[in-house]
Amino acid sequence: MRYAMAVDTHKCVGCSDCVVACQTENNVPIGYCRDWVVEVTDGTYPNLEAEIRSERCNHCENSPCVRCCPTGASHYAEGGVVLVTPEKCIGCGACIASCPYDARYPHPDGYVDKCTFCLENRVKKGLNPACVSVCPTKCMYFGDLDDPNSPVSKVLKNRKYKTLIPEAGTNPQLYFLI
Amino acid sequence: MSTRRSFIKISALGLGGIAAAGGLTRMAMGSSVMDTITKKTPGKEKLLHRTPTYCEICFWQCAGWVYKDDEGKIKKIVGNEDDQHCNGRFCPRGTGGIGQYYDEDRLKTPLIRTTIDGKQTFREASWDEALDLIAKKMKDIAGKYGTESMALFSHGSGGAHFGQLLKAFGSTSIAAPSFAQCRGPREVGFLTTFGDIIYSPERIDIRDTRCLVLIGSHLGENMHNGQVQEMSDAIDRGATIITVDPRFSTAAGKSKHWLPIKPATDMALLLSWIHVLIENEWYDKEYVALHTTGFEQLKEHVKTYTPEWAYGITTIDPNMIVETAREMRDASPAVIINPGRHVTWYGDDTQRLRAVAILTALLGSWGRRGGYYQPEKFHLPSFPVPAFPTPKRQPSQVYEGKYTLANEVVANGICDATIPTGLDKGKYKGWIVNGTNLLAALPDQAKTLKAIEALDLLVVVDTMPIELTGYADVVLPECTYLERYDMIRNSNHRQPNLALRMPATEPKYKSKPAEWIAKELAGKLGLSAWFPWENIEEMLDWQLKKAGTSLDEMKRIGVKNFPRETDDLYFKEGEEVSFNTNSGKIELYSSDMEAAGFAPLPVYTAHEEPPDGFYRLIYGRAPMHTFSRTANNPNLTDLMDENVLWVNPKVAKLWGLESGQPVKLKNQDDVISTFPIKVRVTERIRWDSVYMVHGFGHNNPKLTRAFGRGVSDTELITRVHIDPAMGGTGMRGNFVTFITDINNTEKEAEV
Amino acid sequence: MREEIIVSGRMNHLIDPQLHIWNWQIPLYLFLGGLAAGILFFAALYTIMHKEKEYPTAVRLAPFITPVLLALGLLALFIDLHHKLYFWRLYTTLRLQSPMSWGAWTLMIVTPLSLIWCALNIKYLFPRWDWKYKWLFQLEAFFRKQQLPLAWLMLISSLILGVYTGILLSAFNARPLWNTSILGPLFLTSGLSTGAAAIVLMSKNAAERMTFARIDLMLIGIELFLIIHMFMGFLASTQVHIDAASLFLGGPYTVPFWLFVVTLGLAIPALLEILEIRKFYMPPFIAPILVIIGGLIFRFIMVYAGQASRWLY
Repeated sequence: MRYAMAVDTHKCVGCSDCVVACQTENNVPIGYCRDWVVEVTDGTYPNLEAEIRSERCNHCENSPCVRCCPTGASHYAEGGVVLVTPEKCIGCGACIASCPYDARYPHPDGYVDKCTFCLENRVKKGLNPACVSVCPTKCMYFGDLDDPNSPVSKVLKNRKYKTLIPEAGTNPQLYFLI
Repeated sequence: MSTRRSFIKISALGLGGIAAAGGLTRMAMGSSVMDTITKKTPGKEKLLHRTPTYCEICFWQCAGWVYKDDEGKIKKIVGNEDDQHCNGRFCPRGTGGIGQYYDEDRLKTPLIRTTIDGKQTFREASWDEALDLIAKKMKDIAGKYGTESMALFSHGSGGAHFGQLLKAFGSTSIAAPSFAQCRGPREVGFLTTFGDIIYSPERIDIRDTRCLVLIGSHLGENMHNGQVQEMSDAIDRGATIITVDPRFSTAAGKSKHWLPIKPATDMALLLSWIHVLIENEWYDKEYVALHTTGFEQLKEHVKTYTPEWAYGITTIDPNMIVETAREMRDASPAVIINPGRHVTWYGDDTQRLRAVAILTALLGSWGRRGGYYQPEKFHLPSFPVPAFPTPKRQPSQVYEGKYTLANEVVANGICDATIPTGLDKGKYKGWIVNGTNLLAALPDQAKTLKAIEALDLLVVVDTMPIELTGYADVVLPECTYLERYDMIRNSNHRQPNLALRMPATEPKYKSKPAEWIAKELAGKLGLSAWFPWENIEEMLDWQLKKAGTSLDEMKRIGVKNFPRETDDLYFKEGEEVSFNTNSGKIELYSSDMEAAGFAPLPVYTAHEEPPDGFYRLIYGRAPMHTFSRTANNPNLTDLMDENVLWVNPKVAKLWGLESGQPVKLKNQDDVISTFPIKVRVTERIRWDSVYMVHGFGHNNPKLTRAFGRGVSDTELITRVHIDPAMGGTGMRGNFVTFITDINNTEKEAEV
Repeated sequence: MREEIIVSGRMNHLIDPQLHIWNWQIPLYLFLGGLAAGILFFAALYTIMHKEKEYPTAVRLAPFITPVLLALGLLALFIDLHHKLYFWRLYTTLRLQSPMSWGAWTLMIVTPLSLIWCALNIKYLFPRWDWKYKWLFQLEAFFRKQQLPLAWLMLISSLILGVYTGILLSAFNARPLWNTSILGPLFLTSGLSTGAAAIVLMSKNAAERMTFARIDLMLIGIELFLIIHMFMGFLASTQVHIDAASLFLGGPYTVPFWLFVVTLGLAIPALLEILEIRKFYMPPFIAPILVIIGGLIFRFIMVYAGQASRWLY
């Protein structure tokens, strides 16, 4: 099993519903976020192009954060989802420095926090992650890459996509449809 | 301000005790917000209970579910799958609506304006005392000036309750800024053409369209939930999007064609498109012949409006005008020239929307799949009450013969009529304002304040200490939509439907639901006959039972969809249709406009251009905020806490501006913004305009998260171009320049 | 013009707008670790070479400050932790891929070693020292018999500690400035150099001072070579590495790095040491103090600049 997410940059309008839905679903403190939206504009007026991406932890297959964690708090869970066990985390910050996507942050309670793909609270109950299920543009696809019929497998089969900083060698599992 | 009604920051006396302790309370509250919204160990608490609601953060009113944890604390709000407004998906504001409930800056108790030691201040009052005072003053006004001298301004669900009260009291002056400050020209433009309005949610069939034309409308940034969802569906189906906007909006980024039009010249483009469609015979001939009148006059009228002519005005390449017209023809009839929503721009807006309506008719998209569908609404009976008294004067009589085509009450018309002139001591003496910050909603703040100055009574009913509360005689704290019942939502849509809002929890502090306030006040005014129910549940249950359901069932399902009574979502092929116009046809040549003394066919008028060194102020929406009302919401300010000023790099270079640099703005009337705004240097805007999101720059310090963040566009909109047809306030004719030395202006302002 | 903005106002504490998860604690920890490693290395080296007599400061005196240095370093590390109560979790597992983990374990070995070393040499400092309890005497005797193997163990573990201070950073490929394998040898060399400088400072023996000044001179030479090598590597690499190097070549860290680290911390002390070797009189404390301060500033600059260097996307 390999959980992955795809975000359609053609449909995303950058409304940030994914951000606030994640905050309320996962009790992320005000002032922090596990996901965020990036907008890139290229060109010179009036010849412009824009790309909008809802970003979060890439749940890399080769995660620098898991590698550098001195206590094993950062680990691979079901479906390759990268999780942090708060009770094992010492808050050294190594994983934060190791993430090329800056996807992790120190939770005010001390441990390091990040996107979980809503694995425990939603995915294991058969629901989509909160960001995917709230998105008004339906621009996000989630599922198991090993299952050819999962929404994410299907959309990746039919569309052109990219990942972020593939040259960092992390093998990210957050895909962007372009 | 004059002495009679000076602005009171809701903090002073009476509240003094609380305010002093307030520092501590706020900190404690602040952390309790954190606690309740954020406590860790996700997934461990069980979300046991859900109650239905429909959202009040914007007018789209999506129906959803409020989830509470086992301690009864509200945790999250999600969409109702059965709801056609949202299809189970709330927008960021709806999802973040929870923040309105937890906002510790909320109004907490009724306040009464009082004078102590010559200083005006608010004192805390009980509900009884506050409502007694309002009732007494309303009776005074009725005795002295007549009941018709009371007016209601409202935006949102409270309007129904206070509207009932006002009608029972004897006034029909019930205005919402959503008409003359927003969608009014659209409704009138379509009413005079098709004999029907657009409604809300709009009757546009984006889901199935093959070509969506957005003119100054920035879907995706204005988060009209259902429309944004359907635009996404349309993108998936390969629909062509054409965006006409001086700014490279989010929608422009999704468009096949972006037409960076010179602002204020849209009419030229529209006329030219009409010209191209007719000259090339690209219009839907069968449809035009069957359903319309006035085609020949129209054809004659647009003869000279060639793409080359339009190019000189709009700066849009004539080939592009033809190419985009061809795209529309190719998609016809599944094409939508989006009528937009906030369309009060230049004062000739009804005419511009007439042009949109004419294009729509030529492309045959009204009543066709992928164009405009025919919405249907459920016939929900009202709880029986006695007939309302007839007031001596209708609101339309106060505009002195103007705005004859207005089909709703013109808010600025009421405001204008309140200001005494000459012998006229002002036609209104009391206002109740609910759910709208008129100082941000109406342009020309000085005028609004002048009207307020002339009032004997200003009652502000709101959840937040918005700026307007500082001018009120009585402030009433309304509870949020998560803590109350309201009327059944009954909207026009593809399928008739009803939605219930019920309280998820008890009102916080001493706040009360609008329906309770209106009923109590009615009691004190001796108008209980118009509120004959024991409580609102009884009234809602009565209505719902008439609809074949019940309050109990609705509490379980939240939304009920009904089959359509008539199978006429779209016109049938070749079917004769009777339109509700004078001729019974779609009037390309409008007899209503002609009869009212306006041009029966739209004409292009040149609008004023920015003076040297000034830039046209364009404003718009952000998906995370609704007007100015969400600017203090903790969840939503977390997404966006201030507006920024979009400036073209060429302009930035000229002025030496850098991204992130704070500047103040000065408009053509020398009005300087109260606060600075940060510059965003971006290629995404023309060099003759600047852009900001509306709703920021709050100056009431009691709004702790919103105070002083960004600039209020409203305070810079001092020149208003009134639409003579329906009273709309055109607000896009204001120009600003930069003040880079922001500290100096502060000194100036102090002097 | 390319414009990249974060729409949803991401402002995660210590991450945005620029990473600053590591503050003064980490560079101080790395510096103290390197300094202690340097001192212990020389103590072990000259013990193995049986030159305790010639170099009494290096072998006997200087190691006395190492437990203090290590303790302060660990304290700094502890202060840096955000979830302090779970500190013990470090020692419930050994994760070979995590430099932080094997660094913690290395410290677990080096710190007791440094204490034993001090115990063995305590009579050098306090000639009338008495262990009081018999078992302590026995223990001392046991370790004294094992002094040579102990020295070997200390030599190796101090080298690991010195290299670790660099590898802790270089293992992060997310921060291009750190992501160079030269950082390990470079920090080791710098640690040895500051260690040698500390010995020069503490030594009252002219011959010993002269030897360590020469050693330091050689280490400074190696360090400069490695620094140049590092920049050559960056500039010949990808855009993100070129960007990382440009933080020091015209970027915000140019002046602090070239002035405080290279000029005042390396070049001038080297010059002073050359002059001293050539028998010009120089106040003996200037060069080593400059080296030590330079080493400290170097760690600070690398830790801060590294957090400013990032991938593009």
